[in-house]
Amino acid sequence: MKEDYLNQIHRCFRCGYCKFPSDFSDWNCPSYRRFRFDTYSTGGRLWLIRAWLNNEISWTEHLAEILYACPTCRNCVEQCPMGFSADITDWIVNARGEMVERGLVLPAIRDFLDNVRKHGNPWGKARSKRGAWTENVGVNKYKPRDEYLFYVGCIASYDERVQEAAKSFARLLNDAGVKFGILGEEEECDGNEVYMLGEKGLFQMLAEKNIKKFKELNVEKVVTFSPHAFNIMKNEYPKLGGNFKVIHYTELLLDLIQKGKIKLSEFKTKITYHDPCFLGRYNKMYDVPREILRSIPGVELVEMSRNRENSFCCGGGSGNFCTDLLGGSEESPNRVRVKEAYNTGAKILAVACPSCMTMLEDGLKEEELEEKITVKDISEIVEASSKK
Amino acid sequence: MGEEIYQALAGIVGKEYVSNRPEELYFYAHDPGLMEPHQPDYVVMPKTTEEVQKIVKLANEKKIPVVPKGGGLALTGLVIPLRGGILIDLKRMDRILEVNEKSRYVVIEAGVTQGKLKAYLEKYYPHLRHSIPDSPPIATIAGNVLIHGQGRLTQQYGYNSDMVTGFEVVLPTGEVCKIGSCSISPYWISRGPLPDLAGLFLGWFGTTGIVTKLGLKLYPRKKLRDVEIFVVENEELVPDVLFRVTHTEMAEDINIWAQPYPLIFRGNHHITIYITGDTDEELEFKRKMIWDALQDYIKNREGGFMALTPDIKPTFLDMPQKSVTRFADVKRGGGFEYSGPFIPVEKYPQAYRKLVETASKYKTTFSSMARVIGRSHCMMFAFAFPFNRADPDDMERVRKAIHECNEAALKMGAIPWKAEVPLQKMVLEKMDPNTRKLIEGIKKLLDPNGIMNPGNWEWSD
Repeated sequence: MKEDYLNQIHRCFRCGYCKFPSDFSDWNCPSYRRFRFDTYSTGGRLWLIRAWLNNEISWTEHLAEILYACPTCRNCVEQCPMGFSADITDWIVNARGEMVERGLVLPAIRDFLDNVRKHGNPWGKARSKRGAWTENVGVNKYKPRDEYLFYVGCIASYDERVQEAAKSFARLLNDAGVKFGILGEEEECDGNEVYMLGEKGLFQMLAEKNIKKFKELNVEKVVTFSPHAFNIMKNEYPKLGGNFKVIHYTELLLDLIQKGKIKLSEFKTKITYHDPCFLGRYNKMYDVPREILRSIPGVELVEMSRNRENSFCCGGGSGNFCTDLLGGSEESPNRVRVKEAYNTGAKILAVACPSCMTMLEDGLKEEELEEKITVKDISEIVEASSKK
Repeated sequence: MGEEIYQALAGIVGKEYVSNRPEELYFYAHDPGLMEPHQPDYVVMPKTTEEVQKIVKLANEKKIPVVPKGGGLALTGLVIPLRGGILIDLKRMDRILEVNEKSRYVVIEAGVTQGKLKAYLEKYYPHLRHSIPDSPPIATIAGNVLIHGQGRLTQQYGYNSDMVTGFEVVLPTGEVCKIGSCSISPYWISRGPLPDLAGLFLGWFGTTGIVTKLGLKLYPRKKLRDVEIFVVENEELVPDVLFRVTHTEMAEDINIWAQPYPLIFRGNHHITIYITGDTDEELEFKRKMIWDALQDYIKNREGGFMALTPDIKPTFLDMPQKSVTRFADVKRGGGFEYSGPFIPVEKYPQAYRKLVETASKYKTTFSSMARVIGRSHCMMFAFAFPFNRADPDDMERVRKAIHECNEAALKMGAIPWKAEVPLQKMVLEKMDPNTRKLIEGIKKLLDPNGIMNPGNWEWSD
């Protein structure tokens, strides 16, 4: 594996296109935007990886910080003009894998991985509490006759704010008569972040556990709340024998709206939508969430200048929502992004990702914009409109 | 000493923006070209002129080398800190301070990138533009003008350095100095009619001071832009084709390129002519004038216009042109370097033949990329070779090829552009001794302790 990308990684010219969106209007690499040393750009990272693997430089904590500060948002993949652009994220993930294999990881990353290994979530919270959010919501354990397995994911299972969004989605499904169920305390981490952090052994273990469980329950359709879970189940699980129909929850919501099973009434407000990287750049799903928002009478959808393929990542990917390697500055991507959202004049910053929700909520607090704009999950917006 | 300097720098810019860690020192020791790396002792990223001033005063007091850096894309090692010291990455100084719409100029900080200014003008002043080069958008405006760079408007208005209306500069001894009309007026309209002190900084590769702000001329941005490519097989015809096209004064930019791959391009000289207009009529008039000027060649079957399909055109109309950067991946090797001297236009055939001969001798592929400067007053001719960064032999062959082209260009009467240190020495050796003495005297006067980008433009018998 090392040889595979070591034979390619020298191809980076460090031209810097990776730092920008396609119109060059701002820095669009979250870690470069945050730290501003060229080492924190993709070009810097690739040159340093090569130098490390060729023994020109030694491993240091700083080198690991540089590698792990990348939220693998794939802006670089989108903007790089070279023929190898599609492979860039894999190279970074593989280099992280090299660090993991050699036992050279940062304490924050080590803790993240250990907690997932032991407890099935990155914070080390009790497995038994994984389904606790469902109390009084009317969500049942998945049964073989259910149409969908609702895969909730770590953040929506444990984060109180995101739980509210998951509850909205669950209520919408119940109201629309959709037969679904969850795994509760039997749900295992999806492994997307573990994969991106380079711990492919642990990822494989998690994926195999999930696949086995899904098969035991005769699951055919999985609806994920997180784009991260959606990405890994859709694109990596099949390689391990996990061939299920995986959809993101916004796809199901749009379908229910279009079939008239969710009825929307006027909800007059101005909304801007933040594209999650694992839904957008990874899976090219830009229109579904926007179609939902546009279908709500009274909603005025305004775009931030950086959107769709050029969206500016909140900085939460690759476990950064937990390890917070990009935090601590007004240059942190979540703070930059909420200011951008606020400047559109929108009253709601719509998200479709638990990681983005926690990152942007934090950004609002740090920027003291909570009174001016609120972060809402698309399911919450749809529910608010459907109840009027 | 090291810790003391580090703490002093941290006190100036904040701890987050100074580094003496091996990762930053490794990265900033290199540029993407073929020059040997050399590490700085510190990398620092100031935000304001005052911070630059404090850094330079500290360096001057302690006699520590200082190397200013923008995008770092010259490829000739101009920002490699040959004697260590403090590398100043200026990209945090990225504010666009003023656009004077009616007098058509912009005032910017030294770290503003080509990409940022382009995006800003397109959004807020869509009828104004600057002369953007084809280097990647991370290249800074200041870095480009200070090496006499060229851009899309160079055929019409000269070098990008000719478009500078003024500077704010931190001198090596720490004084902040204004150059041009901004030294006596709030307007950055012109360098003249005062003594033109901009020449103390343009082309000096950061050896005489650090430009922190600059005024830059803007030009009308027409609503429409199109491209035509005239192709000839015989390189001897190129100078006359250019003479005829520039005589029409209808073209925006004119580039000439030739390369052996893909095969459809082999043996051809492609004269890419850009035209702009506010209306279809204006565009068609310009197109007709250019076509008419080349009718003889078409009739004699010595040349013709290439058919450009709609899927090809955007590649040429891109600004900057991404395909130029892709040249680095031709060998899947991540590198290219070029010798890009300014040559008299009539030397094009000779330069091209030298390129082909050199590429063959060193068993490498090539591309020639030339840009007309002014109304064919001269041209930048790039002897360009891709190289494989993972293959030391290939890199060495390209180094030798570049050196040989540099020598040949000097013999042709060319002026090297953004010369690397060995070529700077060749230039100084060839230079009129009194000119050289003048350069030395100015340098000593401005930088008595020799702290500014040392190793560059140095002469010793």
